[in-house]
Amino acid sequence: MDSQSYKPVPPGIGMEENMFSLDDILLEKSSETRDIPEGTKMEMPLWLAKGLYERKRRVLSMELPKVYREGWRTVFGADPIVVDLHKMGPYYYGLGSQMLHFDSPENPEIANTILQTFICRFRRTMDSSQNAYNEDTSALVERLDCLERSLFKAGQSGLNSFQLWEKGRSSHLTASSLVINYRKRKITDLQA
Amino acid sequence: ISFCLHNMNEAKTEGKSELIPSIKFRHSCLLRNQRCIAAYLYDRLLRIRALRWEYGSVLPTTIRFHMCAEEMEWFNQYKKSLATYMRSIGGEEGLDITQDMKPPKSLYIQVRCLKDHGEFEIDDGTVILLKKNSQHFLPRWKCEQLIRQGVLEHVIS
Repeated sequence: MDSQSYKPVPPGIGMEENMFSLDDILLEKSSETRDIPEGTKMEMPLWLAKGLYERKRRVLSMELPKVYREGWRTVFGADPIVVDLHKMGPYYYGLGSQMLHFDSPENPEIANTILQTFICRFRRTMDSSQNAYNEDTSALVERLDCLERSLFKAGQSGLNSFQLWEKGRSSHLTASSLVINYRKRKITDLQA
Repeated sequence: ISFCLHNMNEAKTEGKSELIPSIKFRHSCLLRNQRCIAAYLYDRLLRIRALRWEYGSVLPTTIRFHMCAEEMEWFNQYKKSLATYMRSIGGEEGLDITQDMKPPKSLYIQVRCLKDHGEFEIDDGTVILLKKNSQHFLPRWKCEQLIRQGVLEHVIS
């Protein structure tokens, strides 16, 4: 069971970020291509692009990743459930929300697609997390992006706790998962 | 941030506004590094705090070895705050909220020893030898911490 005492900083909501969120930091590592007035196209991490971007000054413009462009948006409109968001992301929702900072004229469509995609897929994610008990879930989470995976994990955690309670085992004392993990690492340290 | 603005103003007044993207670039890099370091250190603190609840108020040497002096200091202060708070609730003796984190069903429980832990004294003065694989019937509240630490295992029939 997960350690309940350690709760990492969650990612920010929508276009906001959480300064200390490791998820938000990692998604900003993704590179994008952009055009500088001189015509140079280059890849740059998102955090740098955000730092340099200025609406008035036109220092740089940003080329939307394929996944958020019209072609893919139509695919998402048709059937978002089948898309492998992990391959397309893995931070589809997080990165998409950050893209909105660059004042693209397509922003309303992008935002709407991301939102509708989430709404469609959420039901499936929630249902499967509540029905997969004590089994290999790798096939279920394979095509989920990071946000969906953490939701799935939360659902599983709730399900497992409930099952333990139903079996009358909520009073069963267990070793702390943190402690077990640190013990395992100690052994690998010694072996290294 | 003020240093960055100062540089940008200087660049503007000296007619070198083409430097501004460079200033912003450097500033973005500094902020990025600062953010990564801060998030890393903060995550460490979250884990250290969790150890107080999951392990106890005395950390094992292997973990202390990996903590810097400031983190140790932080842990000690956190311990103190928690202890002060626990003393202030639940009447005269205070209330240890790090215990009974799972609803207790009985006063005594069956435990098996997972590793040699030496002698262990219970309230009526008897001393028990916690030898690997030995089983004992002990007061729940005395065992809770040792179970969390992986020394004992709660055996249920």
